[in-house]
Amino acid sequence: MAIKDRLSGNEAVAIAMRQINPDVMGAFPITPSTEIPQYFSSYVANGEVDTEFVAVESEHSAMSTCIGAQAAGARAVTATSSCGMALMWELLYVAASDRLPITMALVNRALTGPININNDHSDSMGARDTGWIQLYSENNQEAYDNFLMAMPIGEHPAVQLPVMVCQDGFITSHAVENMELLEDEKVKKFVGEYQPENYLLKKDGTLAIGPYGISAYYMDFKMQQVEAMKQAKPVILEVAKRFEELTGRSYGFFEEYEMADAEAALVIIGSSAGTAKAAVDQMRKEGKKVGLIKLRVFRPFPMEELAAALSKVGVVAVMDKAEGFSNAGGPLFADVRSALYDLENRPKAINYVYGLGGRDIKTTDFEAIYEELFRILKAGVTGPVYRHIGQREE
Amino acid sequence: MRKASEINENTPWRELTTGAGIAEPATSKLFNTGDWRTMIPVFLEDKCTHCLYCIPYCPDSSIPVHQKKRLDFDFMHCKGCGICAKVCPFHAIEMVKEEK
Amino acid sequence: MSDKMVEIRWHGRGGQGAKTACLLLADVAFSSGKHVQGFPEYGPERMGAPITAYNRISEGRCTIHSNIYEPDYVVVVDETLLTAVDVTSGLKPEGAVIINSDKSPEELKPFLAGYPGKVATIDAGRISEEFLGKNIPNTPMLAAVVKVSGVIGEEQFLADMEQSFRHKFADKPQVVEGNLQALKKSMEEVKVGS
Repeated sequence: MAIKDRLSGNEAVAIAMRQINPDVMGAFPITPSTEIPQYFSSYVANGEVDTEFVAVESEHSAMSTCIGAQAAGARAVTATSSCGMALMWELLYVAASDRLPITMALVNRALTGPININNDHSDSMGARDTGWIQLYSENNQEAYDNFLMAMPIGEHPAVQLPVMVCQDGFITSHAVENMELLEDEKVKKFVGEYQPENYLLKKDGTLAIGPYGISAYYMDFKMQQVEAMKQAKPVILEVAKRFEELTGRSYGFFEEYEMADAEAALVIIGSSAGTAKAAVDQMRKEGKKVGLIKLRVFRPFPMEELAAALSKVGVVAVMDKAEGFSNAGGPLFADVRSALYDLENRPKAINYVYGLGGRDIKTTDFEAIYEELFRILKAGVTGPVYRHIGQREE
Repeated sequence: MRKASEINENTPWRELTTGAGIAEPATSKLFNTGDWRTMIPVFLEDKCTHCLYCIPYCPDSSIPVHQKKRLDFDFMHCKGCGICAKVCPFHAIEMVKEEK
Repeated sequence: MSDKMVEIRWHGRGGQGAKTACLLLADVAFSSGKHVQGFPEYGPERMGAPITAYNRISEGRCTIHSNIYEPDYVVVVDETLLTAVDVTSGLKPEGAVIINSDKSPEELKPFLAGYPGKVATIDAGRISEEFLGKNIPNTPMLAAVVKVSGVIGEEQFLADMEQSFRHKFADKPQVVEGNLQALKKSMEEVKVGS
């Protein structure tokens, strides 16, 4: 029987870590992820886990610790946010290219400046090209569930890639909600043991990790990473299936909400998808054919699947909680619109950048976006493609 | 895991080791840097006093020592830099053009 | 309580325990079988600065993750906020505002921007001093909120709180009784104006 509880998103992830009992945690505190290592260090102190908690002097060292530990054959975890993850930058690439399936709890927060501690997706969106698998969570339950699925995905022999499990800073990390936990032994059984083929501390084995790769080799190793990202797709679905058998909760690359006959749709990531669902419910009551797609897996990007899911809609608004300053839309928009290109009858697509630095977005804002989509549908003219919502205007 | 000796610049990417890991020690021994030489040192044994002054100067550890006496060069790894010839106090090493 | 979701907005000052009270309310509502959300609006943490926290309480899961703009109830943990913050902004007329104050609802009405709904006051500071020996108004406030909103049954609330206090104060059981007395006193004393 599942354990019903009410927990904050940070507590939920810390409990997932306790249940998994990883070998090493390397972490440095930063708002709003601080509570995760804080809770976890109390589990260490209480002897509830036998994890080696390495208190480092910076996030650069936190990720370096994880890389060293994982290369040695240990299972390593970390938690961070925003500028903390930015300080890990070069190591994110090292972890992925050395094919070390480290698991990171990322509590999404804006990057400076102006200095801001609130939620948006600038940190993880900036890291979208580092070679990490990215899973996003709408609520505390998903943050917990995604964390439990991260290791079986990342450590799969065909994948061997690090995974970041993202949730929205404060909005879910510090909000108490109802959720269901699994029993410790079920978690341990589901997640299993980390059994790499080769690792630094292997008895009678020798291994060098992280060598120089001259031009004659570098691109070939990048091809391996590309292949691993491709292989991650079926593995993500397999692990989700196994998770559903265990919990009854179903996960895929994305969730389709009221999409069967939707004429106007949103593509959105994270906690605001829940707010948008309430807008969909309200507008469906009024007979308006609206739906949404909540993306769970951003890397690898489910291009074909997403295109198929959007092939029937007339118009789509892609919601970016990060600004890319490309002058051509946010990072999610670039990928989604690219996915639509190969469709015979592709929907019209616009982009909204929203929610930067904790700017709140309400159900009524989403209703207004759907109304705008219907205006586009009726007029047959897309109008400006790259838009922002929530900023003050004169 | 594939050995380093089985990998070269013609190996397709699928056949390389995962994440460029190298699963055997001392793989630099397998690498023929002697190939890079244009000048070759000649060991003039009759002039050599086995002072071993040349040993620490060799950047490629290409002068083997056995029972406190130096042996002839390790030509698989010697790059022909000539440092040993320059430092030898007894002119016991001579650099000549290598005929290949 | 009907199936309808109840939304509550808390106004307090950093360090007064408004966030703790908000999370406590989420706890007790959860214990009575509801779906809950309890979350503060975060910023730089500054003692004394106005802060806001929110609760959603419903029978089914609520997916909305925005702040609350049209609450059913507003709780003001510090009366001095009345002149600094528009506490009744968006507050539904059929709802109520519950204020920690030794004044009567009629005396405070002029400070509430013409809010037409119910005004309730509770001298949570005094009750707290009386039963807990110091000014920690959040638990008496919580009791007043339960009483006025009816969001949880009173008996159930007191039973859950007792359990929660016994857990929280496992190492100092002598404070449990004082806390429970403070809750009961608060439920008796809360003054609801028209």
